[in-house]
This record gives sequence, C-alpha cells and structure tokens, in this order.
Amino acid sequence: MNWVRANLFSSWPNAVVTLAILFLAWRLLPPFADWAILKAVWSATDARACREAQGACWAFVGEKHRFILFGTYPFDQHWRPALASAVLIGLWVFSAFRANWHWWLSLVWVAGLVLIGVLMWGGVFGLRYVENERWGGLILTLLLATFGSALAFPLAILLALGRRSRLPAVRLLCVAYIELVRGVPLISVLFMASVMLPLFLPAGVTIDKLLRAQIALTLFTAAYLAEVVRGGLQAIPHHQYEAAEALGLGYWKRTLFVILPQALRIAIPPLVNTFIGLFKDTSLVLIIGLFDLLTTVKVSLQEPAWSGFGVEAYLAASAIYFLFCYAMSRYSQGLEQHPAAGAPRVLRET
Amino acid sequence: MKKSWIYQAALLAAAGLVVWFFASNTAQNLEARKIASGLGFLWRESGFEIGETSGLAYSAADTYFRALAVGLANTFRVALIGILGATLLGTLLGLARLSPNWLLAKLAALYVEVIRNVPLLVQLFFWYALISENLPGPREALNPFPGVYLSNRGIFFPLPGSMPVLSGFNFQGGAQLSPEFAALLVGLTTYTAAFIGEIVRAGIQSVRRGQFDAAYSLGLERRAALRYIVMPQALRAIVPPLTSQYLNLTKNSSLAVAIGYPDLVSIANTTMNQTGQAIEGIAAIMVVYLAISLSISGFMNWYNRRVALKGEHR
Repeated sequence: MNWVRANLFSSWPNAVVTLAILFLAWRLLPPFADWAILKAVWSATDARACREAQGACWAFVGEKHRFILFGTYPFDQHWRPALASAVLIGLWVFSAFRANWHWWLSLVWVAGLVLIGVLMWGGVFGLRYVENERWGGLILTLLLATFGSALAFPLAILLALGRRSRLPAVRLLCVAYIELVRGVPLISVLFMASVMLPLFLPAGVTIDKLLRAQIALTLFTAAYLAEVVRGGLQAIPHHQYEAAEALGLGYWKRTLFVILPQALRIAIPPLVNTFIGLFKDTSLVLIIGLFDLLTTVKVSLQEPAWSGFGVEAYLAASAIYFLFCYAMSRYSQGLEQHPAAGAPRVLRET
Repeated sequence: MKKSWIYQAALLAAAGLVVWFFASNTAQNLEARKIASGLGFLWRESGFEIGETSGLAYSAADTYFRALAVGLANTFRVALIGILGATLLGTLLGLARLSPNWLLAKLAALYVEVIRNVPLLVQLFFWYALISENLPGPREALNPFPGVYLSNRGIFFPLPGSMPVLSGFNFQGGAQLSPEFAALLVGLTTYTAAFIGEIVRAGIQSVRRGQFDAAYSLGLERRAALRYIVMPQALRAIVPPLTSQYLNLTKNSSLAVAIGYPDLVSIANTTMNQTGQAIEGIAAIMVVYLAISLSISGFMNWYNRRVALKGEHR
C-alpha cells in the first residue's frame, strides 16, 4: 500500500497519469487479448477457419514455420539447418562467458564453423550436397551476422588505428572511408555490392550473391565498429602510450600488447551494441533478394490461400529478432554494470 | 621519418592500383555488355508514373532527372515530418522514463526495449500490413475523430476549408497520406523516437542532482526547473547524439523501397533497372545522401556551438 502511494499517487498530477494509464489499459487490453488469444485461431488445416474467425491467425505461423525457419532448403533435410543454427547459437553463448575467453576459443569456433559448413553444404559423410542458393531462413540471418562481425572486426581495428595515425596519408584514407560509408544508407552499399561488384571484376570472374551481400555488410559494419574502437582508443590515458614508448616498444608492439587490449575491453559494451545493429541490419538483404529470415516470412505471405495475415507473420518475425537482440543487449548491460568484467586480471584481484 | 614517407607512398600507390584495377575492369565490362555510360540518360523520357509527388508536377513523359527530383522531394517530405514527430515523441518518452510515476516509467521503458530490438524493416512491413490489410475499405473507414478517416486506401484528414468526403470508392478533399507514406512515417517516427528517448533521458541524467535541488530551493516547480535549469544544460549532452539520430532517420527512409513508397532510392532503383546504368544510379544515391549528411551535421555543429557554454572550446 505504501509502495502504491509512493510510486503511483505521490501527487495530484501523478495520480491523474496513473488513472489515465489504467483507463487506457481497461479500454485497450481486453480487445487486444480477444484478438491475440481468446478469439485467435491456433491451428487450422486451411485458411478458411482463419478468415471466419475474429481473432489472430496464429495457425498461419504454425503452417509456415518450417519455411520461415529454413527457407527453400530440401524439406526432408531440415534437421541440418536446425542443427547448424543450434551449433552457431551455442558458439555465441559459449563465447559470452568470461571464463572461456582464452586463445583456444578460436579453435572452438573453427571446429564449430567447420561442422556448420559440413551440415549445410553436405556432400560428405553421406549427406546430400545442397548448394548455398537454397540456404535460407534463420541460419542465413545468423551466418550473415556472425561472419559480418568476425570479418568487420579486424578491418575496424585497422581503420581506427589508421584514423589516429601520425601519417597524414593513412589518416586521410581511413577518415575518407569511415565518413563515406557512414554517410550513406546501407541499402546503397548493398546495391553497390549486388550490382556494381560484378562490374568491378575481370570478365568471367563471378562471386556468389550470398558472398556479395556478406562483403557489403562487412564493409558497412567495419566503418561503424571503427568509430567504437576509436572511442576505446581515445579513453586510454596518454601515460600508457608514454610508458610503452619508454620501455622501448615500437609502434606495433605498443599497440598490440599495451594499448589495444585495454581499449577493446573498454569498448566491449558499445561493440556489442554495434553487433546488435548488424544483426538487425541483416534483414536488409531482403531488398537484394537473399532468402534471410525476413524474406522467408514475406514470401510465405505470397501464397494466395494464406495471404492477408501479414500482421501475425511480422509479429512472429519480430518475436524471433527480439529474442536475439534482447539477449545481446541484456548481456551488454551486464558487462556495463560490472566494470571489473573488462579490467585486466591483475587489477581485479588487488 | 624517411621510412614513414615510403610507407605512405606505398599505401597510396596500392589504393590507386586497386581503384585503377576496378575502373579498368568496369570499363571493359560495360563495353562488353554494351551499357552506355555518362549522365545523358538523365534527360531522356522516364516513361514511368510515380504514385505521389510531394507537390511537384510530374508525368511519365518527364525526364529521369525530374523523376529523381520527385524522389528526393519524397525523401525530404518523409524525413522532415519524421524528424519532427520523432523528436516530439522521443522527448516525451525520455521524460516519461524519468517520471516519478512508476507505471509511466515502466511503460516507456518497455516501449524503448521492444522497439529498439526489432529491425526497422520488420516494423515497416508490420505497419504496412496493418494499414493495407487490416484497415477497412473507404466505405467502412474508421472515424476516430470528426473529419479523420483511417482506411486501407490511406489516412484522410481535413485541411482548412476542405473536408474529406466519401465519393464513389474513395475520399475526395482534405489531405491524404498514402498507405505507403503512412506506414513509413509511423515506422520511422516510432523507431527513431525510442533512440531519441534514451538520448533525452541520458542528457537529463547527466545534469547533476544538485542543479534540481538548487532550482527547487529557489522555489521553482518541477516543470519550471526542467524548463529553465535542467533542459538548457541537458541540451549540451543531447544535441550531438541527436544529430546522428536525425541522420539515421534520413538514411533509414531509404527502406521505403521495400514497401513501395517512391523515395529517392526507389526511383533510382527503377531508373537503374530501365537504363542499366547502375553506376550512375548508385552514385546519385550516394552523392545525395552524403550531401544531406554533411549539411545536417554542419547545421547541428553550428547549433551545438550556440548552446555550448560561452568560452568553452570543443
């Protein structure tokens, strides 16, 4: 009772706000619950039951979930992308624990990615070969985000170092790249990769559509990550540079062993936020015709019998994206709230 | 010192080599595929209609240049209205998150958390499906306020001296937002507002607690303390990240192409498909967005200098 008085009715305006919210909830929640739960159709063999009902057609999601999750991958082989997605998510979760931050983590990743490659392509161990034009759905979104961040990260570090370099030509190139990419929308970079990249290469050399989208996402993300890394570099007090120099370390040793390890630790929370951005941005490959999670949702709506349930379909898609992004953002908040997470072990123990 | 110059010369030479490699390949490929180059196509007849033109006169007999100009006008229209709406909604959200009312603060936090963790493109499709599939036709249009009609043909509202009236299969008079424009505007506004809300909240929280207390002890009410003491100081922390949100909204308006609103990217895309001149089309998109980015950040830097403390060097 005290809590209610202190938090909801502490003053007249406060009480008015509370009552207004309660009134709106009373007016809006019952119809919404009616639509989403009580009058919703949860399972149906065809769309007719849905069209007659007053509520949401969740049966659509049930009917199409295999296509939404796995795209045009051969239907009897769906366990392969399912297992591959689970392995990839497992790798991410495993890497999130600080106890696993060792050099051998990279070996775990290599092993995991080889396993995923074997599962997805097949062609060995009696698995049927599946060309990557047929990959689709969740695994494509996860792969684009994973490789996008893994490849963009080293490039971003080089760009950030270049932007702070003493050499004017290096600085100029890096600033030009970063500002150019950050000044244009991702779509134009994706268009460039899908339409212009083939023109850039010698006649006869072709790159796969998936790879082109991956290149575009990587180059785009690198510019944003570079600014995050630069923020970390700028937060390193100047005496660290001087101390390293006084030890007689050259530029690369100084950067690799003294500056970068500290700068990257500081930058971990904003780095995770940029990865969330990349994860959301992978949905744009829909526009250049790749079969990611959002494309499979959109295509599943095109069957005339089941068209018209866009709201339900996109709510389901939102729920999947939300699950991944929310998990990542909670993780980054956790890192921010425990600054010791980033500190070197020696400092933590003293 | 000498060594560094060799490094730089080598780097520039390598960059030049890469550009030359791409350029020469491109020239060969274009010749092999018999694709014209140059900007001559801009003055040819476009031959396609554009659904909405933001007040510019346009028909299929006009040039590609005019079509692109219409696209740019459409981009500006949605971006400007979106920026206004997102600033308003975002400020309210930021204040709501700091409200002493627990219910309001939690609702605002829930909003921010949900909106920020779902891709904008999914949200745009959602709004578009909601408007074009789930709203009733013009004859049964929802009428939440007098003169305002919501239908799957768009949203209609009155202008001074002109009311929307149902005639035949659609409304006449008043002002109309097409379903595409409405979905894009709602999507961009609600999405960006979530980010702006966080910026406003962080900005207000960056003002030290003592400033509030001092304002209260001067006898100012909460509202007056916010208006005259806290906000002017918070603005200094708010303006720089706000700038990048305005830029993001403008760049994100390019997602219009996915729901069929004829913005610059969408028109340029059609132009590229018709003429085959992809390089010029993409260059046009990039140049325009770079120009917009640079001018918005230029303006915001000027504004930022104005709200910054006098004599403070940033």
